[in-house]
Amino acid sequence: MMTASLPVTPAAPALGLWQRLGVALYRRPGLQLGLLLGLPLLWFLVVYIGSLATLLAQSFFTFDDFTMEVSRELTLANYRQLLQPANFDVVLRTLLMASAVSLASAVLAFPLAYYMVRYARGWKKGFFYVAVMLPMWASYIVKVYAWTVLLAKDGMVYWAYQHLGLGGVMDWLMTLPLLGGNSLTTSHLGRFAVFTYIWLPFMILPVQAALERVPANLLQASSDLGANGAQTFRHVILPLAFPGVVAGSIFTFSLTLGDYIIPQIIGPSGLFIGSMVYTMQGSIGNMPLAAAFTVVPVVIIALYLTGARKLGAFDAL
Amino acid sequence: MKHRLHVLACAAVCSSMVATPLLAATPTTLGTPEGKLNIIAWPGYIERGETDKNYDWVTQFEKNTGCQVSVKTAATSDEMVSLMNSPNYDLVTASGDASLRLIYGKKVQEINPNLIPSWNTLDPRVKNGNWYTVGGKVYGTPYQWGANFLMYNTKLYPTAPTSWAAVFEPGKLANGQSNKGKVQAYDGAIYIADAALYLMSKNPALGIKDPYELNETQYQAVLQLLRQQKQLAHRYWHDVTVQMNDFKKEGVAASSAWGYTINTLQGENFPVAGVIPKEGATGWADTTMLHAKAQHPVCAYKWMEWSLNKNLQSSLAEWFGSNPVVADACKTKAPGGSDFCKSNGFDRFAQIRFWKTPIATCKTQGTCVPYSRWTSDYIAIMGGR
Repeated sequence: MMTASLPVTPAAPALGLWQRLGVALYRRPGLQLGLLLGLPLLWFLVVYIGSLATLLAQSFFTFDDFTMEVSRELTLANYRQLLQPANFDVVLRTLLMASAVSLASAVLAFPLAYYMVRYARGWKKGFFYVAVMLPMWASYIVKVYAWTVLLAKDGMVYWAYQHLGLGGVMDWLMTLPLLGGNSLTTSHLGRFAVFTYIWLPFMILPVQAALERVPANLLQASSDLGANGAQTFRHVILPLAFPGVVAGSIFTFSLTLGDYIIPQIIGPSGLFIGSMVYTMQGSIGNMPLAAAFTVVPVVIIALYLTGARKLGAFDAL
Repeated sequence: MKHRLHVLACAAVCSSMVATPLLAATPTTLGTPEGKLNIIAWPGYIERGETDKNYDWVTQFEKNTGCQVSVKTAATSDEMVSLMNSPNYDLVTASGDASLRLIYGKKVQEINPNLIPSWNTLDPRVKNGNWYTVGGKVYGTPYQWGANFLMYNTKLYPTAPTSWAAVFEPGKLANGQSNKGKVQAYDGAIYIADAALYLMSKNPALGIKDPYELNETQYQAVLQLLRQQKQLAHRYWHDVTVQMNDFKKEGVAASSAWGYTINTLQGENFPVAGVIPKEGATGWADTTMLHAKAQHPVCAYKWMEWSLNKNLQSSLAEWFGSNPVVADACKTKAPGGSDFCKSNGFDRFAQIRFWKTPIATCKTQGTCVPYSRWTSDYIAIMGGR
């Protein structure tokens, strides 16, 4: 009777395999973390960092012009070659285009994103989202080829200009040294337009995300304190949304910097960094110079990202 | 020469992987076909009637041999060379600037012509060609050859231009306008040879004997000509579709072009024509080569035999704008009924300078400007320097 009233400690139930595994992992947080991150980390180290390191190493190898053979003798000659006028032109050309495209994208994207966030409601909002995303679903190549037809001398753009009585303006534009060419399809202006068209959605989305996060009550407070629209925009909205613009420009800038298809199809002759790498690597096997050229955008983007981080762009991604 | 070529081949081929030659002994008899065949080819080279049902030279082969053909198209010689690193392919239709790289890179194997009964029908001009025969060994079966034509708009040139001067020198078009901004040049460094070919006859004092073998003085003269052309150039064409568009929509008057481009534009009734001017032309000679590790060698031999039949050769020549390697094929009617041998320059073999990679040690000069410099200088010229 006494014994019956004593509390009986039940035998601990046998733990299942999974539970025991769980306990074991719980006791060894290091192992847990290792299992969780091991594979992705390995992937990252080998595939990303590894190939980048190989690339960097390649850029110091020697390419013998005479035998066209790559040897593992280390040299700085490839980087010196980058500074030759013809090669430096390539870097400068690409850099200028990437900056111009980013700037234009920002100017075009900001009002659109602002409207999407502040004014578009209901179906309009959905419409704008789809309209921005839609071009990204179509094949890039098809869009670029379509532009060659649109921009051609017998194409729609010229036709429109002619009918608006602006044919003379177009002819004048084409004579300008930095913009012009034989026609829109072979001019810097045409290439710039296509680049901007292709990468614009990548600017709109981050800007829109940043604007979305500007609290409405700050705007009310601003107007309560007597600021007019322009002042509110300059002192409240722009500083808060600017990281979004910088975030977008990371995309537009680096995508333009690395592209090698648009420069081949639209615009004047003269290579971009991407097409230069393609030529060096592809047709003559000058892997070291190709690698050195590839390091250029890596360095530029690294500098750019450092700057962007200071501006808080990563919070807006 | 041989050593240099080997090195050259290696620069391109084995930079990423060390070639381990695993050459199977050249067969003397053929077994039963393996049922499959994988070919790397230029677009439009191996047709099974999918683009135009009249041009089909695969279906019958499959019926005859039971070898299912799959084709991987490649757009450049370099792409072909790199695809051949994979052992999944049996055959490749390599041009002269790739074939030697493949041979010296040990990516292709020697073949036994005795296993190809039609071998003796080959045009004697291509038999033993130095772009596929090395040291008496035969590395593949000739497939087709062709020229880089001077394509012109027949409205702007009512009489055909007779010289490449049309694209190199300032001049007047039929409508009274200057040709400035109306001519195109190819955007590959190999185009330097086109300029050299023109200078060869324009300025014999330079002593150019082979447009792919230029000494420093000749080379500088050629570059100067190309810089002059840059002032006239509408664009350096890279892409066939864009080039056709430029002729149709941008009013381009003359350019170097492939037979395929001319045929396509004429097919759309656009007023263009192509000529091989008096200076001759650069061109290409293609060879069907057998992969060193081909998994379907019997089917591959069957295809090489099949590729020399005159019906295939004539249809292909008409379709692609090229020339047959079997002389009889010229008399064989092609689906379109055109006199393709005449229009594609069959009789002008001697005037075609076939593509090859320029190397530093050359036959005609001793020391020549190598291809790596061609590339960097041509890039500079296209960039306006």
